[in-house]
Amino acid sequence: MIFSFDLLFEAVLFGVLLGCFYAAVSIGLSVSFGLLDVPHVAHPALMVFGSYCTYIVAGYGLDPVLAGIILMPAFFVLGVLVYRFYYETFEKRGTEAAVRGLAFFFGLAFIIEVGLILMFGVDQRTVEAAYIGSSLELGDYRIPYRMLVAFGVALVLTIVLTLYLSKTFTGRAIKAVAQDEPALRLMGANPVRIKQWAFGIATGVSALAGAMLIIVGPVEPAMDRLYIGRTFCVVVLAGLGSMTGTLAAGLILGISESIVLMLLGASWAPAVAFGLLLIVLGIRPQGLFGR
Amino acid sequence: MTYWIGAALVFIAALGAALSPLNEYFFYAGYIVLTFIVLATAWNILGGYAGYVNFGTGAFFGLGSYSAVVLFKALEAPLAVQILAAAAVGAALGFAVGIMTLRLRGIFFAIATVAILFIMETLMVNWRYVGGATGLQLLRPEVMAPFATYTRMLFVVMAFLAVLAVSLARYVQVSWIGRGLRAIRDSEEAAECSGVPTLRLKLFACVVSGALMGAAGAPMPMYLSFIEPASSFSLNWGVSALAMPMIGGTAHWIGPVIGALLLGSIQQIVTVTISNEINVLVVGVLLVLFVVLAPDGIVGLFRKLVKRR
Repeated sequence: MIFSFDLLFEAVLFGVLLGCFYAAVSIGLSVSFGLLDVPHVAHPALMVFGSYCTYIVAGYGLDPVLAGIILMPAFFVLGVLVYRFYYETFEKRGTEAAVRGLAFFFGLAFIIEVGLILMFGVDQRTVEAAYIGSSLELGDYRIPYRMLVAFGVALVLTIVLTLYLSKTFTGRAIKAVAQDEPALRLMGANPVRIKQWAFGIATGVSALAGAMLIIVGPVEPAMDRLYIGRTFCVVVLAGLGSMTGTLAAGLILGISESIVLMLLGASWAPAVAFGLLLIVLGIRPQGLFGR
Repeated sequence: MTYWIGAALVFIAALGAALSPLNEYFFYAGYIVLTFIVLATAWNILGGYAGYVNFGTGAFFGLGSYSAVVLFKALEAPLAVQILAAAAVGAALGFAVGIMTLRLRGIFFAIATVAILFIMETLMVNWRYVGGATGLQLLRPEVMAPFATYTRMLFVVMAFLAVLAVSLARYVQVSWIGRGLRAIRDSEEAAECSGVPTLRLKLFACVVSGALMGAAGAPMPMYLSFIEPASSFSLNWGVSALAMPMIGGTAHWIGPVIGALLLGSIQQIVTVTISNEINVLVVGVLLVLFVVLAPDGIVGLFRKLVKRR
């Protein structure tokens, strides 16, 4: 491989687009795991489920982004139900049930994955849209439009969620529950209802993230395994629950993955997210912008 | 004493079966069930007793398989040497994982083990000597004297490993080590304050668990006459090794054995009649059902039944 600054620039450019996409697929986890401390290993599986739902809805001739937005309320309700169930069965019983809670989400991820395999088979699925398959030509550089769309949606999603959490009353309540739950209880608020709401939002966002996943590339049921590494890497690197941190961490992951892709080839790419995750866990578990 | 007589009888029964003219398929399926007994028991030493959830069973198992293949390819080492080397490599990885428990607990530890799994897989995918992503065909050596086929021999070897693993787990459970590990699970701070050597015990549990998982992986390439990274390092090993103790019961050494026998047998029946995906689905559904409805597994259900009488 001949190294050149041209190639490096292209890799960084692609990395920035990829990074924003990674931030967007991780932001739901940043709320559910980062803020609420739910060991949500099934987040990537739910997201891939969102991709397949998008695939079905977009099959009626809708734009995939629009399909993702339409799916958000349904996923919100799903999230509320999942949290409610998790709370009643595990969280309420304290640390004694923590191991079982973790095992529950791990099992859930496998059930979703196999369910998708049984319904759709192991083949890859894609969606159709005007911007998929064509590229924006800027001089010597070619940027696929689908990456630009994902980049745009990701950016909007991150900004909206950041504003929601810092400016609105409910958003601040969610942050308060993350900081000090007993205090919130003393103030007369019901932390479980706030967490339920927040988990619903986190899951609703994964529907849109799933839509972007299938816009960026073909989707297959076992894809969630790779994304366990990417999403947890971004959330931990960001520092649990930090929204701006999520964007920064996504960019770091995106650019490193893209550079490794250029220098060493595709077979090394999966190790980037997991390697970065291990390094962060080993050196600075509180992340870059940790609370 | 009764335990040791029982363990010896189980092994003799396995040996006797292997020398009898029983259908070959029994050994083919039985080998996998025995592998799961080793993996589930090994998982339980760290996950059940100490409460550190390991999702990366496949990392130890796959590394054991690859150690065996490298030794076989380079030196034509006999199976016993392969297994010992795989156990040593598994123990070394276990030690590294044990060091991680210094800083990581709960989900952080679990996710770190997933990371190790995928990094191992990527390393093997990129290692040409062992066949890279496409894998490697292996030619089995001649079978040793009293056994009619190679699968029968592997069955006996794995039966020995299973008895060894269960005995080790039982020893850990009834000795002071097990009490220490349970104290760590309930509250690591309190254990540390009461003078439990937490780091030493956690390292011990990780090393023993890793060595057993590595050893369980060593005969696998010979069993399949083939090795490839994707199935060796699959996350499916992790979910099975976690589900079996959870279903059987994590508090007692017999729990993982019951879980592995039950789930392993169901899997073998399902694989024959339906497909591989249903296999994983059965594991997932039973795991979720048990952690929700029967937190202490089959052993817990049984105890409740006895108490009521």
